[in-house]
Amino acid sequence: MDTEIKQYTVSVYTENNIGLLNRISAIFQRRHINIESLNTSPSEIEGVSRFTIVINITESQMKKIQGQIEKQVEVIKAYYHTEDETIYQESCLFKIKSDLLFDERQIQNIIKESNARIVTVNKEFFVLEKSGRTQEIELLYRELSVFGIMQFTRSGRIAVTKDEMKISTMLEAFQH
Amino acid sequence: MKETQTLKNKEKSKKVTERISGSEAVIKCLLAEGVDILYGYPGGAIMPVYDELYKYQDKIHHVLTRHEQGATHSAQGYARISGKVGVAIATSGPGATNLITGIADAQIDSTPMVCITGQVGSHLLGSDAFQETDIVGISTPVTKWNHQITKASEIPEVFAKAFYIAKSGRPGPVLIDITKDAQFEEFDFSYEKCTGIRSYIPVPDTNENDLNAAAELINNAKKPMIVWGQGVILGEAEEEFKAVIEKAGIPSAWTILGASAIPTSHSLNVGMVGMHGNYAPNVLTNQCDVLIAIGMRFDDRVTGNLESYAKQAKIIHFEIDPAEVDKNVKTDVAVLGNAKASLRALLPLLNTNSHKEWLQKFKDLYNIEYEKVIKDDLHPTKEGLTMGEVLKEINMQTKGEAAIVSDVGQHQMIACRYADFKTTKSNITSGGLGTMGFALPAAIGAKMAAPEREVVMIAGDGGYQMTIQELGTIFQQKVPVKIVVLNNEFLGMVRQWQQLFFDKRYASTEMTNPDFVAIAKGYHIDAKKVVERKDLKAAVKEMIDCDGPYFLEVCVEKEGNVFPMIPTGASVSDIRLE
Repeated sequence: MDTEIKQYTVSVYTENNIGLLNRISAIFQRRHINIESLNTSPSEIEGVSRFTIVINITESQMKKIQGQIEKQVEVIKAYYHTEDETIYQESCLFKIKSDLLFDERQIQNIIKESNARIVTVNKEFFVLEKSGRTQEIELLYRELSVFGIMQFTRSGRIAVTKDEMKISTMLEAFQH
Repeated sequence: MKETQTLKNKEKSKKVTERISGSEAVIKCLLAEGVDILYGYPGGAIMPVYDELYKYQDKIHHVLTRHEQGATHSAQGYARISGKVGVAIATSGPGATNLITGIADAQIDSTPMVCITGQVGSHLLGSDAFQETDIVGISTPVTKWNHQITKASEIPEVFAKAFYIAKSGRPGPVLIDITKDAQFEEFDFSYEKCTGIRSYIPVPDTNENDLNAAAELINNAKKPMIVWGQGVILGEAEEEFKAVIEKAGIPSAWTILGASAIPTSHSLNVGMVGMHGNYAPNVLTNQCDVLIAIGMRFDDRVTGNLESYAKQAKIIHFEIDPAEVDKNVKTDVAVLGNAKASLRALLPLLNTNSHKEWLQKFKDLYNIEYEKVIKDDLHPTKEGLTMGEVLKEINMQTKGEAAIVSDVGQHQMIACRYADFKTTKSNITSGGLGTMGFALPAAIGAKMAAPEREVVMIAGDGGYQMTIQELGTIFQQKVPVKIVVLNNEFLGMVRQWQQLFFDKRYASTEMTNPDFVAIAKGYHIDAKKVVERKDLKAAVKEMIDCDGPYFLEVCVEKEGNVFPMIPTGASVSDIRLE
């Protein structure tokens, strides 16, 4: 039996309708599966939304969940991918005391080496933005936490797949 | 609105529009969908629709049930026997939440149903207003689809979509919530039936290669066996199914919701599978070489322990819902599609066969079951009345032509095991959810949908009292349904489990019951109580001969058990006969 737990990124193309988030998240909740991250946004097709969901489960569980998601009336198609099959980014913001920016030379090096971007600076604090893979953000968090972080927030994963997802073709077929 | 963009059929026909209120539009939508009967209960947030119903009462008959749960079960009974969409209506808040049990039941048993709920005014949404509940949120996990309407102009399209979704593909319940202001609002009404939704594929395409692979496995099988479910009935595939099993000579067993798709007496009908199913099909599930599942979903009550379920067999699954394939049992060949079309395409690919020796195995095991269980159930020699002999008497006097609506518990298993079904859509019961209280209101709906048929409801004393108030509906509507309560003064199935698995500790399962006959008579329903075997036949005859509704209480043995039985978590091979 398939017991290996892997991280999967699920891409769900849906109609942009109220209540669908509830329906889709309930599929995971009911099976007691924790969602690591969830993002919804417009997709490349007008009027079609895209969910990007990250979960850690076995592949057999994943296949069943894919079926349950696709079963929803307003879901056009659901795909799942392993880490290697996607190109993904997450984004985060750090709020840090401004003094540290000038007093701790090391912080400037960390910002530079991590390719983070200063969004704003004022007398009390500055805000740092970093986009990247999970590990990069975790590394930056560890490095900055030594100096003290006033606030930290991180987005859900957004991902595109290396392989084509033929949603437009599928939608065209639906019209006929 | 969004739905406009999702409909396939975008072509605008020359529609006749008229300016009417949202509530009148609701009635016109229902009429356009062919609805002539509604089950429901009025209240503040749905009053505008009820006001319109008053105007349209010559076209739509509203049945006032005594509880909203009764409305859903009646709508289910109506749908199950007619194959049409059942409709239930309720107000907001408690009215809406009272629908939930029936909706959940319809969802798991794939029953087409549209539920309409009133909602507080849109300006009050989310304010915890009087009788406001988030019924769309609450019903989401138990509906095939749901939607809240806040503008009258949404009504036609949402209703069209709702009926299409409820009845197409694998059917299911849909809920439409309408705010009160949307019911009052006037708009230019026109109606167009929904013929497709771009994100929704109700019936997946059948792959020819899968069909060929299935046919090859079946043709090469020495010991094939079929387990069919409700998909055969929902897909109206009874004739095609019969043709397939007769040509290939395959012993065929049924799940509880598949019952009656072919006659009980058919020579290839080898009984019911599952926890209280027949001995032969359960045991031989683990001996067949090819197991063909048709329109069933390998429910845990059917499979027992999955680790030891049909491991020796190649599995073929004919299924309309792709999410069911490989969900519980890994298949070797899955044939997606509607059962009618798939079986029709399969038939010419099959070799004519008989499998006589293999079929004889089913007969041999049936004989064992007969000696150990069936004989005592149907022809008891000891004093107490058995549930089985009551069923036998009903079979005889209805000539096996009755639709049997059963509740949930011991009597349900007895009813399904022993009812003699001659025509399809004759077994109406709560399968997946196991809803006690289902039968009485469901029988009302069934009888109203098929007044020409004898409808006999069978319940235990426990489940009967969960919706006993619907006697009022029967009385008011004059529904000539026959009500049989098999009274053992216990919650029988739970008591059986307590006896077998909890050292006979009968915790809260004994019932002190009221005078059921007096209650029925209080509702002006003819009634009789039978306590002795000698009175059974005459009482059943009196019930069947009665033109109106009739209540029959049969006091059966207190601690009778239902066997065979597969204990929870055990293998189908470990089915117990005693």
